[in-house]
Amino acid sequence: MTQIDYKRAAGYFLLADVFKGFKLGLKYMFAPKATVNYPHEKGPLSPRFRGEHALRRYPNGEERCIACKLCEAICPAQAITIDAEPREDGSRRTTRYDIDMTKCIYCGFCQEACPVDAIVEGPNFEFATETREELFYDKDKLLANGERWEAEIARNLELDAPYR
Amino acid sequence: MAEFFTNTYLGMLLVIVAQFLAVMVPLLVALAFLMYADRKIWAAVQMRKGPNVVGAFGLLQSFADFLKYIVKEVVFPAGADRAVFLLAPMISLVMALIAWAVVPFNDGWVVADINVAILYIFAISSLEVYGVIMGGWASNSKYPFLGSLRSAAQMISYEVSIGLIIIGVIISTGSMNLTNIVRAQDGDMGLFSWYWLPHLPMLFLFFISALAETNRPPFDLPEAESELVAGYQVEYSSTPFLLFMIGALTAVVLMCALVTLLFFGGWLSPIPGLPDGILWMVAKMVFVFFLFAMVKAITPRYRYDQLMRLGWKVFLPMSLFWVVFVAFAAKFDWFWGTFARWTVGG
Repeated sequence: MTQIDYKRAAGYFLLADVFKGFKLGLKYMFAPKATVNYPHEKGPLSPRFRGEHALRRYPNGEERCIACKLCEAICPAQAITIDAEPREDGSRRTTRYDIDMTKCIYCGFCQEACPVDAIVEGPNFEFATETREELFYDKDKLLANGERWEAEIARNLELDAPYR
Repeated sequence: MAEFFTNTYLGMLLVIVAQFLAVMVPLLVALAFLMYADRKIWAAVQMRKGPNVVGAFGLLQSFADFLKYIVKEVVFPAGADRAVFLLAPMISLVMALIAWAVVPFNDGWVVADINVAILYIFAISSLEVYGVIMGGWASNSKYPFLGSLRSAAQMISYEVSIGLIIIGVIISTGSMNLTNIVRAQDGDMGLFSWYWLPHLPMLFLFFISALAETNRPPFDLPEAESELVAGYQVEYSSTPFLLFMIGALTAVVLMCALVTLLFFGGWLSPIPGLPDGILWMVAKMVFVFFLFAMVKAITPRYRYDQLMRLGWKVFLPMSLFWVVFVAFAAKFDWFWGTFARWTVGG
């Protein structure tokens, strides 16, 4: 003779679980919503957030990148291509700095490798394009990003500095 | 003038068309907002906001969706049987709509006051399964076919228990006419005179069977988006898909109306003294729809064997026992005649 669990059987026939679930559902129905109205409001970002790349400049307008190619060397996706030549004043600068954003895995190694904080990943994550070609970033595009996001990037670097 | 509408064919046709429009137009407009309510309730339980962009609070979302569906391209899968493929959603919608012909919204407010109304609705809802099966077969694709097979088994299984539950109510009333069934629930005790009290266990059985019959969660196995992608709807796009959606939702609202008429006294006022009227009917239907929407939000999907076990090994014996019980209770006037009301309804 098998033992019958009468309590469980009674709960089953009286739909105890359904009523419990209904109560819980009603409770959460009036709970504060977790939804963020995305294009109008956005969630908080960490200072370490790794978004769209940017090339920075010094406050006097000189570009930071010295074409050491450490970022190109460390890039695990081999998304970065750099050519360099000495400028007229004898300093070494890049003539070409391309990032293929379709290859990039946003690991942040380029930013870590850079000795002069030139290449950084900024807080921007809304750079979707309609064509693939638009995602092959060149030096001009990256420097323009740097100008556009400098305030946020500088603030993020400062906030993160104590933990480095 | 009155003779024109009662004696000439044109006049009678005009009256029929007017009656049709008087039922269909408010119903379809209400459907748009019920669809919105369904999504809003579902979202609220999951702590989401739901549609809130189109119109104030997203109220016009359904109309935006409607526009989107009708301007999209109809895609025919390769090897599909075009005629059946297009016929399936139409059957689904038409079957869901014509059942409303016998639903009374107020005393006497019914398009066709026939004496076998419940039998008619039962027959029509059995035919609804054809829309799903034809859609699944004509798609010439695996998932739709599996979904429609499940659907056929499911709808047939639960029709059995729905039929037996309805027989209990018919025995109590002595009539299959929905107007008479509601009249039989009219009493001195307001909402305690309605059938939900004497037929309380069957109310739950009927509600759950209605969920299964309309393929609503937790019995949405034919659709089962996580395993069958969307079941019989996989290959459908644009307007045919819209027809399936409207058909399914109309069937749900019809089940709300049936629960209201059979167990909650239709248009009768719950408090003795307050006037009866269509507003009570609508309010009760909206309440039942709210329960439908809540169930969707709080229950996980049944497995196929669980569904079959519940239908054949739990619901069928219970409702069969209840029919026998009601028959004795009505015959021998047990419980002060609460089960025998054919003297009231006629």
